[in-house]
Formats: sequence, structure tokens, C-alpha cells
Amino acid sequence: MSATTTEAPPTIAPESPRRLVDLVLRARTFGILGVLLLFVLITTAIQPRFLHAANIQFILATTALYALVAVGETFVVITRNVDLSVGSVVGLSAYVSANMFQAHHGIPIPVVFLVGLGVGVACGLVTGIITAVGRVPSLVVTLAMLYIIRGFDTIIVGSGQVVANSLPNSFINIFHATILGIPDVAIAVAVVVAIAAFYLRTYRSGRELYAIGSDPDAARLGGIPIARRIFGAFVLSGALAGLGGVLWATQYNTIDATAATGLELQIIAAVVVGGVAIFGGSGSVVGAALGALLLQTINSALNVLGVASLWTEAISGFLLLVAITLDRGIQLRLAAALRRRRVHLGA
Amino acid sequence: MAPESRTLKERLAPLMHWDTGLAVALVAVAIFGSSVSSQFFSSYNIFTLCTNIGDLAIMALPMTLIIITGEIDLSVASILAVSAETLGALWTHHWPLALIFVVCLAIGALAGFINGVLITRVGLPSLAVTIGTLTLYRGLANVILGASTVSNFPSPFNNLGVTGFLGISWLSWSVAIFLVLAVITGVVLRRTPFGRSLFAIGLSQEAAFHAGMRVKRTKLLLFVLSGVVAAAVGLLYAFELSSAGENIGIGFELQVITIVLLGGVSIFGGKGTILGVALAAFVYAGLRSALLLTSSFNENDFEVVSGGLLILSVLIPNAASFVQRARALMRRGQMRDRRKLLALADAEVLDRE
Repeated sequence: MSATTTEAPPTIAPESPRRLVDLVLRARTFGILGVLLLFVLITTAIQPRFLHAANIQFILATTALYALVAVGETFVVITRNVDLSVGSVVGLSAYVSANMFQAHHGIPIPVVFLVGLGVGVACGLVTGIITAVGRVPSLVVTLAMLYIIRGFDTIIVGSGQVVANSLPNSFINIFHATILGIPDVAIAVAVVVAIAAFYLRTYRSGRELYAIGSDPDAARLGGIPIARRIFGAFVLSGALAGLGGVLWATQYNTIDATAATGLELQIIAAVVVGGVAIFGGSGSVVGAALGALLLQTINSALNVLGVASLWTEAISGFLLLVAITLDRGIQLRLAAALRRRRVHLGA
Repeated sequence: MAPESRTLKERLAPLMHWDTGLAVALVAVAIFGSSVSSQFFSSYNIFTLCTNIGDLAIMALPMTLIIITGEIDLSVASILAVSAETLGALWTHHWPLALIFVVCLAIGALAGFINGVLITRVGLPSLAVTIGTLTLYRGLANVILGASTVSNFPSPFNNLGVTGFLGISWLSWSVAIFLVLAVITGVVLRRTPFGRSLFAIGLSQEAAFHAGMRVKRTKLLLFVLSGVVAAAVGLLYAFELSSAGENIGIGFELQVITIVLLGGVSIFGGKGTILGVALAAFVYAGLRSALLLTSSFNENDFEVVSGGLLILSVLIPNAASFVQRARALMRRGQMRDRRKLLALADAEVLDRE
């Protein structure tokens, strides 16, 4: 009303609710790091080979693919949606991009990456349009897309496959190259994670994704273009899964129609273990990337300890359940604590 | 003119019902099938079609009840696998079959109970929980038998996949079982307080709770039921295949959910009929069989069709309700501005969710 109001804007006191939420979220991230450290210590105590440079490099390089796809999945999950089609997108992109070397000899590698990206974007566009414009729940759309894309993949691949010796060495080396002992792919993905984290933290459209996820009705009344944001999240998820497909090709070299089957479950496990709320509205890409790192470390640890790789799937499902149960507990405690505070402060 | 056209419209209204559409689709599929190949209505082809769809249709029944209450169970195919692989493992250890059945059904009940407890008591979303248990149970199933396959089941059971129900050569056991269970489920859903309460829960959990319904207990019960049924189908399916091995029933959850949603059950809860689901199962099976009879189609192509059907079964009612609301708004003359009109109709569709 008047410009001369003497009341200063209330400064955020240390015990304000906002600070408490921040603290809990940070504790969540440190929690993953703690579990990660614990795993590394125990495994190393039993089998010192685990901490060899080559093994650490391998863990980082394999994590790169999972972390990259998990970033896209995080964008989608933050908006209270889910993308179950990423495994099929990775598989299709891996075949189409690697097959470029067979179809066009001497094709430059950046073009192959662009092809993978294009495949992913195309898939993301279809999913995004049906979800955002058609108002079909993302669970239904992406469950259907999982099978549709895989079906197309199987039709395209036919009885053939891409074999390692049809790929140029420079392409295969992408997975193995290191700078100062750190795999190139891990550095590249770390840059993507950093950019995505910066975008989600500071850009208006990034914050809007959180608003949509925490309360879609309020977001709509607040004038946020929900359909456009959700559409964008799905396109990004598709795009990163498409790039992930090219990474898949550099890592596995032999690609048939079953490549990356079931990968979506690992990705969702990584995202949820990394502290992204499956209800939407909360979580970070850094957490999701750490979740991916944790799952890959556990895989490697089981491997080193001689536990059959058969257990991997069961363990990632179990961790997913533990993570959502813990998060639910934290969420309820936090809500109760905030309510008490509000009563206390009379706000 | 106007009133007359309205009565005509009213007379046509029942024809616009989803179930009626499915019945028409079923006839269309039958005509399509018989035009594709004279083999379509052969007793052998109908039997194959029945064995393929029966197992999925049985699992679709508890799934229908769960989706009506607004939840979902993605773990059914993994529970099926755990049951089938347990059957294989215990049979190789020479357990008596009766005991194996009890153990497998108990495992199914436990698996469903874990889902139900996490969803109703811990308060987690069923989507997240059953994605987790989909992975967990499938992982455990893989551990039970490893890469080995068990196939030496005893004779009356081993023939389930090749002999008809009570000597009827075209009717498979699975479809016979499905028809009986469908009638029971349909009656329970329509005619009992328990069945009606599922719709109330799906429409508004809170209202149902305040009306004195035991929302959590009901949902828990449904997830246990779903687990038991999936485990039973696991036994049936292993006998039909005469084998239990790696990756058994993988991806069945998609087909089950496709049948349920194609049957007119709303993914948002509170709406659906068993008749619709049963019709949808046969439309789905008939279409699959007819397409596979054409030389240019194989299983993988049908995967694409199946996914497309799933999307369409939600997209069509959504589009229909959008058009309906837009026209209602236009008739009321509230909105002259086209863009505003679309936005408002859109918002009303959103509110329904």
C-alpha cells in the first residue's frame, strides 16, 4: 500500500520451515553417499581388488549411461509422471546408430551421435504429444510405448545384429578413453548433470516442473503451461535415452533386438534411490546420478564378491522399495515437524 | 424437428455404450478373421486362441477390481513367474503336487500381501510399489531356477495345453475357468455391497472412508487376491507350456492391462464392467489370431498393435469426453471465444482426473 512501510521483510530464521526442508534434502543426498561409502569399505575389506583403478574406471564408465538416462527420467518424474519407455528407446537408438557404420562406411562419429539423438527425440515427441495433448496418463502411454518401440526395433533388426568388428575402433574406444584416469564418458555425463541441475535450480521453466509435480491444480491456476512443460520433459527424456543408446553401442558393441531390455526398471530404481520423489515435485538430477552410481557400485561389488549376477535384478527392486519406504517415512516426519513449528510460531 | 431428433438420439444412446462398441468390434473381428482365412473358425484355431487368451483374461479379473479402486498392479507377470519357477524347482525335488500347489498359492498370497501392505499401510503409490516388486519378484524368479528349464510334469496336467475342456475340442481349460470366474466376479462386483464399495473407493477414497468403508482393508484384500490368482495362473501356464523356465510370462502385465482398459475400465478408477473386460479379451485374442493368420504379420508386429490398442483405449474416451464438454459449453452459449472454450473443456477433462 504505502512505500514507507517500516516493517522489514521477515528474514529467514535458522529454524524456519524452508531451512528444515533444505536440510533434510541435503541429508538425503549425504545418506546415499554414506551408503555408497559403506559398500565400498565393506567390499574392499573382503576383496581389495575392488579398489583397483581399472575397476573404478569401469564403474564410472558404466554409470555414465545410467546417469545420463536417469537425468531425463528425473525431469519426467519431477512432474509427477513416469517414463517406462527409456529401455526400448536406448535399444532402438543403439541399433540404429551402430548400424550406421554398416550402412555408410566411414560415417563421422558425431553424425552417429546425432542419429541416436534424433531417434530418441522422435520417440520422446510421440510420447510427449500423447501424454500432454491426449491427456492419457503417462503410465499407460509409456507402458504402451515400451512395447511399441521394442516391436519396431525387432522389426527393423529382423534376424540381423550389429557385431563388434563392423564398428570402427575410434567408436569403441569412446567407452574406454580416459582423461587423467577418469573415463571421458563419465566427464561428459557429469557436465550434462551439472547443466541439468543448474537449469532445474535457476530457470523459471525448471522451477515450474517442480510446481507441476507438487500440485498440478495449483500449477494450472497459477498459469503454468502444464502441457508444454510435460511435453518438454518427455522430449528431453527421449533425447537423453537416444544418446544413451549410442553409449550403449560403444560399451557392448554387439547389438541385437533385445539390447537394453528392462533397463527402464534400473533407471527408475536409480532415480528413486537417488531421492527423487515418485509423487513428483521433489528431487535433483545430482541425486539421481548418485543413485545410478550406487546401483552400479553394488553391481560391481556383487561381481567382485562372486555373488551370481542373477541377484542383481532382485536387489535393485528391493532397493527401490526400501528407498520409497524410507522417503515416505521422512516425508511424514517432515510434515509433522513443519506442522508443529507452524503451530509454535503461530504462523 | 428438434425434439424428434433428440428422442432418436436418446434411443441411440445405449448403442454409444462402450460394451456395445466392443460387441460390434467382436463381430467385426470375427468377420475379418474368417475373411482372412478359412482356418480362423477351425476348432484348432479357436482352441489355440483360447489357450492364448484364457490365462491373461483370468489375471484381468483381479486387475479390473484393482483398477476400479484407482490402483494398479504391475507385478502380476513376475508373481506368475515366481509361482511357475517354484513349481519347477519343487517338482524336480520330487515334492507331491498337492503340496506344491499349496506352496505356490501361498507364495502368491504373500507377494500380493507385501504389495498391499506397502500400498495401504505404508501409504506408497501402487505404481511405484509394483514397479519395485515387478523387478524384485522377477529377480527372485530368475534365482529360483537359474537358466534351467523343468518340463517333466505328470500327464493329466501336462495335457492342459493340448486337450480341450471336458472333451470340447475348441474350448481350453483356461477359458472355461475364466468364464466361471468372470460370472462370479461380475456378480460380486454388481450385486454385493463389497463390489459396490470398490466403485465408491475408486470415485473418492475419502468419501468412501467417511461412509464407513474399510478402504485400506479392501485394497489389501484385492492385492492379495491378485497375487493368488497370478500364482494360480503361473501353475496353469507352466502346465500348458509343459515347461517352466527363464523369462516365463515376461511382459504379460502389459497385455492384462491392455485387456482391462480396452474393456472400458477407467484408468482413473470408479468405472468398469466385467462384461466389457470379457468382451475385450476376446476382441484382443481374435484380432491377434486373425492378424497372425495373415502371412505378413508376426508376434513382434502384434506387440506394436497391442501397445497402440492400449493407448487408444484411454485416448478415445478422453477425446469423447472432451468433445462432449466442449459441445455442452457451446450449447450453453457461455463461450464464444474458441480458444477459451477449448481451454475450459480441457480444464473440465482435467478435473475429472
